[in-house]
Amino acid sequence: MDDYGTESDSDYTSYWRDWFISSRGNEYFCEIDEEYLTDRFNLTGLNTEVQYYQYALDLVTDVFDLDCDDEMRETIEKSARHLYGLVHARYIVTTRGLAKMLEKYKKADFGKCPRVMCNSHPLLPMGLSDIPNLKPVKLYCARCEDTYNPKSSRHASIDGAYFGTSFHNILFQVYPALVPAKSAERYVPRVYGFKVHAAAALVRWQNGVRDDMRRRLRKMEVESGFKDGEDELDEEDDDVDEDEELQQQQQLTEYRGGGGAAAAAAAAATGPSVGVGGEAQMGSVA
Amino acid sequence: MSTSSGTPESWISSFCSLLGHEYFAEVSEDFIEDDFNLTGLQNQVAMYKEALEMILDVEPEEDEDDEEEEEEDEEDISGDVRDGPGGRERRHHSRVASDLSVIESSAEMLYGLIHQRFICSRAGIQQMSEKYELGHFGVCPRTNCNQTRTLPVGLSDIPGEDTVKLFCPSCLDVYVPPNSRFQTVDGAFFGRTFGALFLLTFPEYDLSRSGAETTANLGRAAADEHGMINGMYARNIAPGLGRGKIYEPRIYGFRVSEVARSGPRMQWLREKPDDVAILDEASNFAEEHGAESDDDDESMNMNSGRPAARRRLAAANNPALRQRQGQNGSPMNVDANGAESEL
Repeated sequence: MDDYGTESDSDYTSYWRDWFISSRGNEYFCEIDEEYLTDRFNLTGLNTEVQYYQYALDLVTDVFDLDCDDEMRETIEKSARHLYGLVHARYIVTTRGLAKMLEKYKKADFGKCPRVMCNSHPLLPMGLSDIPNLKPVKLYCARCEDTYNPKSSRHASIDGAYFGTSFHNILFQVYPALVPAKSAERYVPRVYGFKVHAAAALVRWQNGVRDDMRRRLRKMEVESGFKDGEDELDEEDDDVDEDEELQQQQQLTEYRGGGGAAAAAAAAATGPSVGVGGEAQMGSVA
Repeated sequence: MSTSSGTPESWISSFCSLLGHEYFAEVSEDFIEDDFNLTGLQNQVAMYKEALEMILDVEPEEDEDDEEEEEEDEEDISGDVRDGPGGRERRHHSRVASDLSVIESSAEMLYGLIHQRFICSRAGIQQMSEKYELGHFGVCPRTNCNQTRTLPVGLSDIPGEDTVKLFCPSCLDVYVPPNSRFQTVDGAFFGRTFGALFLLTFPEYDLSRSGAETTANLGRAAADEHGMINGMYARNIAPGLGRGKIYEPRIYGFRVSEVARSGPRMQWLREKPDDVAILDEASNFAEEHGAESDDDDESMNMNSGRPAARRRLAAANNPALRQRQGQNGSPMNVDANGAESEL
């Protein structure tokens, strides 16, 4: 608050929004255009959501000139931050807002994906709810399509509604070229080089789900987006094509069994593996 | 020896209390003193003898003669590993600071490699489980894992290849530790085996205990208390995955279609069957292919019939198919073993 008091009172050179986005903990926010803030249409409904709405808006737009005590000022300040956040959620899905957030995304301002197989892919902030004060902000990785908690506690306390549930998905709708290549690469738990049976069975099943999806997408002639490991998958794909001829006569359930077997065969080809018996023995030894 | 056991700050405990070494367990001296546990490490670590002495806090000056001999041994070994510092070895009588720092770093390497073996031993894994209970290894960053505690693992058993990672038993994935100070810790000091072995050693751990849904989980645990699938409690097979634990992208409340260019493609990674029993491939196979599963011959015939049909359709030189045929033989063995393990 000190920063604010000294800087914005003295001059017009530093604005409230400048101060806000540059202060510690607010690295996820981008600056909202003056024009966007002053267009009342964009603020529809927010007056019921924010206490001291008019003063807060004045503060955000740097026309605040109310003489009041510190306590009042603190309250208004808090409202202003809340208002800014709520407008922010609306602003970042506009063309200009998306472009600004995209810049920050490219600089990895929101951090990098903690998942090892994602190779530090940049993250995007997101909310799990559009209603304020429900869930804190989460981070979305476009590569593994999952959500993660921010590393630092000062980010973990930001309201998720200041980013909204739609922003990151809209971003990739608007910039489809930015959708990262998906990878089938994954971690497989092993004990002395042998796969653990329970985990390996789940992995086989998941690979079956993935292959089903890729088959579905291929039928609809949709790009599946899997780029790497294509050679490794190619063999499987050949299988799949042949299987597809069979499928016309066969039941889907039986087919799934075939897919599982193919995955198992591929797994056997790529690394050391033991049969179910061996894995079960591992379990009993331990 | 007498000095090290008496002093409160041994090399090992001071090493483990260093910043960034929070994941390490304190290897017991008994474990290190057993030569069997150190098999092969001589060739991996330079100045092995000195490093070992440093770890055990043995004063090299204690008995001059012994040390002389050891020094010679060590020179032979280290000669293979590094050819440069032969000259430096020779004037070891006045051990200089740079020498000490070399020994210090090989002591750390040696300790790490012993540590990799130690945490897979009974005493070591016990100690790690205590650390796990206390949450020394942090929690999974994935939102749907609800702060499940993680385990430190390496992606390689060979030092110098990758740093330590965190394995989440709830989503069976590995993550980079949040704090950058762990980026200097070698993953080989924990090894590939520890994470999975831990889960096999302590199958009764309630993995999501520290999570927000403790109560919900308790209810579920009571329901399928006896459910063992593939050698693990059913409730402990990736509790953070499956329906309701998968992120669904939405725009203004509408789900993004799979057909969209930016639609979901990675949900399989967080999928889990609603009924995990279908993962019990062995028993399912036994059920499906005749309850008279003792009769191996019959199922063998059925089994070989299918690949034959498939082979006709496939190109004869497809290696993947041949592989599959080979694989098809093995579920038979599994059949018997699976039944045994369930007893």
